Amino acid sequence: MQVVFYVSGAIAILATVLMLTRLNAVHSLLYLVVSLLAIAVVFYVLGAALAAALEVIIYAGAIMVLFIFVVMLLNLGETAANEERQLLNASMWVGPAILSAVLIAEFVYILSAESHGNFPAQVGPRQVAAALYAPYLIGVELASMLLLAGIVGAYHLGFRKVRKGAS
Amino acid sequence: MIRDGFILASILFALGTAGVLVRRNIIFVLMSIEVMLNAAGLAFIAAGARWSQPDGQILFLFILAMAAAEVSVGLALVLRFYHQYKLLDADAASRMRG
Repeated sequence: MQVVFYVSGAIAILATVLMLTRLNAVHSLLYLVVSLLAIAVVFYVLGAALAAALEVIIYAGAIMVLFIFVVMLLNLGETAANEERQLLNASMWVGPAILSAVLIAEFVYILSAESHGNFPAQVGPRQVAAALYAPYLIGVELASMLLLAGIVGAYHLGFRKVRKGAS
Repeated sequence: MIRDGFILASILFALGTAGVLVRRNIIFVLMSIEVMLNAAGLAFIAAGARWSQPDGQILFLFILAMAAAEVSVGLALVLRFYHQYKLLDADAASRMRG
């Protein structure tokens, strides 16, 4: 398990450095997704399975889709066509693909060799939920208010843009 | 391993800070902020693993909710910015008008 931790930590750092040095936003987003997946593996090894699942579903899934949506929305026309042509170019996706392949190898290794190795005790979803809805209930309420404020803010900003474009 | 988790979190946070300071494209700045939030979450998870308590994961859930709200508002601002200035350079908006 030590090996899995260090390899995925190295992948996270490498993918983050590559993300910061890319010029194209889509390349950089691919590396960011790889970095988030590597950090999810680190979470699992540290005993936080629920956090690892949420990292993959919400961060690497939902938030990154928002980013990709906006990036694709911003460059329309000729640049978008060039972008599409580049997507089929091997030099663009081979780097993230190699890093993801290493992560898949780690996944298979964890599944096949689950028993041996000393990694921190798992704190399961049951414990997290029990603590979340008893002492941290006020935090859950505040998070719901924050999300509501986020929805209203995003709607407001998007709505004014549309109206300005129409007039 | 838990100590190394903290080291990894600090390295990622430093990389995110460098990204915010160096890159001028707003999309890259937002992505660097994501990296920094993620590093903070990793530090919480490592601290929770140190004492085998669920509190670290709960704080990570709150960071996740905050990041989702921040990204939705931030990307809406990016769209507004692009429609106003026709480019994504953060320095284009360095002067306030009011």
